[in-house]
Amino acid sequence: MKREAKLSTRNSSLSAPRSPLRDFLRALWAIVWKDLSAEWRSRELLTAMLIFSLLVILIFNFALELDARARASVTAGVLWVTFAFAGTLGLNRSMATEKDRGCLNGLLLAPVDRSAIYFGKAIGNLIFMFTVELIVLPVYSVLYNINLFRPGLLLVILLGSIGYVAVGTLLSTMAVQARTRDILLPILLFPLIVPVMIAAVKASGGFLQGLPWIEVSTWINLLIVYDVIFVAVAFMFFDYVVEE
Amino acid sequence: MESKPRFLSILDTITAILFVAAVGMVFFYTPLERTMGQVQKVFYFHVATAWVGMLGFMVAAVVGILYLVKNERKYDIAGLAAIEISLVFFFIAIIMGSIWARPVWNTWWTWDPRLTTATIVELIYAAYMMLRQGIEDPDRRARFGAVYAILGFLSVPLTFISIRLLRTIHPVVVGNSDPSAEGSFSMTGPMKTTFFFSLFTFSVLFVDLFWHRVRIGKLAAKVEELRLKISV
Repeated sequence: MKREAKLSTRNSSLSAPRSPLRDFLRALWAIVWKDLSAEWRSRELLTAMLIFSLLVILIFNFALELDARARASVTAGVLWVTFAFAGTLGLNRSMATEKDRGCLNGLLLAPVDRSAIYFGKAIGNLIFMFTVELIVLPVYSVLYNINLFRPGLLLVILLGSIGYVAVGTLLSTMAVQARTRDILLPILLFPLIVPVMIAAVKASGGFLQGLPWIEVSTWINLLIVYDVIFVAVAFMFFDYVVEE
Repeated sequence: MESKPRFLSILDTITAILFVAAVGMVFFYTPLERTMGQVQKVFYFHVATAWVGMLGFMVAAVVGILYLVKNERKYDIAGLAAIEISLVFFFIAIIMGSIWARPVWNTWWTWDPRLTTATIVELIYAAYMMLRQGIEDPDRRARFGAVYAILGFLSVPLTFISIRLLRTIHPVVVGNSDPSAEGSFSMTGPMKTTFFFSLFTFSVLFVDLFWHRVRIGKLAAKVEELRLKISV
């Protein structure tokens, strides 16, 4: 009964005049949902990213002697290096599963716009990244007795992750199609995201030290500019990168 | 096999003459800078090599766009040629800068915006070479190379701005000069002439090398094609 009802609503939505935007959003959501439910069943990617992040913080703890004085100046740097490293793990894995099991070809055969595939994968990656960040922040806060949940810092993390994932999704699609794929992604990605890293570290540091908005806003603006440019460019080039 | 074009041989000769003339001007025509002395003379070629480097990266981004639009093999060959040449020239520019910085800034290296950006630019295009090496299919290699060359070129100004927002000590000789820059100087007549002459010389040198490299690239593509034919 329930199923029939569902089918009939679907049929009615098919027969109704279709708006392109609605179709696009549905395709987008289907791809994001596919990634999320696959991850929910295996939990491979998130577990790996999380444990890796905690290990990186642990290593920093010994490497930098994170005492109270050092923490004030290096916390922002430690956080962003951790996110960047964990991010490459996630990006590589998310694209490699698509490539290895031939899912990418299946996706390309689907009658949806290629940009829906790009944005779907990018949003999936972004959700994984946010999840890791939302777990790392409280753990770091507890371990080092510092409150990281400040609106400014969360804004920086949002903007920085968008820029990182926008470029990262495009480059990981390229990297998985190369022979040297696992080592290729960080080499391709890190030189291009230098502006994101600098701006994010500076802005995070500024918010953590309680600097006035006027001193941080330059970095925030830079992050916004980077996000806008690279989301647009990556979306334009995605077609060329998946073409067979 | 097509023989070497006549005009290319002429261009080789012109480049060689210009180069000798530029070296002569740097050593015998320009006056000695008052505070820095002989080491200032590295400036003429330092700026010229850096210029050729940026020129090549720009050419690569432009032919990258052309490749994606028109999908013709020659644009891919041109892109690779430009980036290979520019990688070498940019590296020479960094080395020359270091030679100049040692006596003037009293250090081989500082994390100044221009130096840092130059290093990141070298790394971007080194990554470009690695990307190409990892892909066998020529068509895909060309497409990925074009996309990465464009992305890389777009990120350079943002990288520069982001590092520039920190303090700089690199002198700005052409255009407005920051008073806090160390090792700055103003150019007199012969200095300006030599400076622009070496810029011109290196641009001609770039064109000459670029032409040679594109020719080699085309021949290499032909060899690859013939080899495929034999194996089939």
